[in-house]
Amino acid sequence: MWVVFKKEIRSFLGSFIAYIVMGVFLVITGIFMWLIQENNVLDLGIASLQVMFNIAPYILIFLVSAITMRSLSEERRLGTIEILTTRPVSDTSILLGKYFAAVGLIIFTLLPTLFYYYSIKQLADPLQGVDSGATWGSYMGLVLLAASYASIGLFASSLTDNQIVSLIISMVLCFFWYGVLSLLGDIKALELIGKSLEWFSLDFHYQSISRGVLDTRDIIYFLGFIATFLGGTKLVFESRKW
Amino acid sequence: MSIQVNHLSKRYGSQWAVNDLSFEIPTGEIVGFLGPNGAGKSTTMKILTGYIPATNGDAVVCGFNLNTDSLSVRKRVGYLPEHNPLYLDMYVTEYLQFSAGMAGVSSIKTAVKKAIDLTQLSPERNKKIGQLSKGYRQRVGLAQALIHDPEVLILDEPTSGLDPNQVVEMRNVIKNLGKNKTVLLSTHIMQEVEAMCSRVILLNHGKIIADNTLEGLKQTSPNDSLETIFRNLTNSHVGSI
Repeated sequence: MWVVFKKEIRSFLGSFIAYIVMGVFLVITGIFMWLIQENNVLDLGIASLQVMFNIAPYILIFLVSAITMRSLSEERRLGTIEILTTRPVSDTSILLGKYFAAVGLIIFTLLPTLFYYYSIKQLADPLQGVDSGATWGSYMGLVLLAASYASIGLFASSLTDNQIVSLIISMVLCFFWYGVLSLLGDIKALELIGKSLEWFSLDFHYQSISRGVLDTRDIIYFLGFIATFLGGTKLVFESRKW
Repeated sequence: MSIQVNHLSKRYGSQWAVNDLSFEIPTGEIVGFLGPNGAGKSTTMKILTGYIPATNGDAVVCGFNLNTDSLSVRKRVGYLPEHNPLYLDMYVTEYLQFSAGMAGVSSIKTAVKKAIDLTQLSPERNKKIGQLSKGYRQRVGLAQALIHDPEVLILDEPTSGLDPNQVVEMRNVIKNLGKNKTVLLSTHIMQEVEAMCSRVILLNHGKIIADNTLEGLKQTSPNDSLETIFRNLTNSHVGSI
């Protein structure tokens, strides 16, 4: 598994995908946090990273999909999948290696935003400070959310040998699970059905963890979500054997 | 026996790509897998390397059954797929290190060095694979196949698309390897078989139509060239298309 992991990380760094993803994420969140009129931290006068945590899920839909779009589709297009799968390595370790490489890159992308946290802590009213519980909860939620996106992205990339198709499928699926499902909960006419559908959305559990309360139900939801999509990926990946 | 194939069949949809194939290859033999396009050569090789399972029948490679112990087979087999797929943005050494890691080699550095020496890749070792000529790319493909010093080498059209000089070099490399390994290689060039192989298995429409030593095959019609024999054998079965 680590052999694949290492190769993937090197390929991210070598193909500049890593730098582009990190750069884009920091620039966009930076603009929203500090520059956009009236909505930025300085104008709002609230010492929290909430602005970033609200916008990040949408940016990550695009960025995570961009990271994972080639991981399996490219192997299929090149034909290298045939060499990869005839090595004495199980399909599961190949997939997990690729998956963890993508998750690792995302965590690495989130790290520099700790600088925002530091800045806000310095700017905050010394008597009140920053709600650190909510902040760490939100970071945790963001990592779990991005890890869920990555499992969707890997699944999408197993479906096709075309990177662009893979990117689009992944973005649509991510947006569906994050945004569409939670919007259904807001429709009054749907009543209970809407509410129960909302429970299945990534957003519902992301918001729940963001409050700073670590509920095992949320963690289990995210882990189950990831396991489901990775299982689906394995199923598609092994369809050559049918 | 390095490779034993018993009544192997593979069906794609309603079409039998490989139909009831049986043959044996003893250790240390270089065998040419011959046949027109679509005869089932690649499919058989894909099954023998564990990429896809057979529909019926079984194959034993290096003493391990592919249906039950594919992992043990994959440890002992080196495979060069058709069209030689490669990561073009990787460096030669980097790719071979990756291959060695995937093959579970204990001393990666020695394995890479040995594979580079065997395939005479030394002058190009620090280049990106995408920058290499076709001949050198083919050597990289061969190098990754033998990185773990496998007992059996399965090479799917190892010389296709090479220029005449490169073909001769490639043949010499494979012939050298064949001194202490079992090699199964596919081709549709008769001279290739004459230059490298001691035995020929001729396939057509997923079936074996000849399995003979080179001399044996020549004796079936002494006045014809190997090319003519090949055409006679494969054409006599064309009626079933």
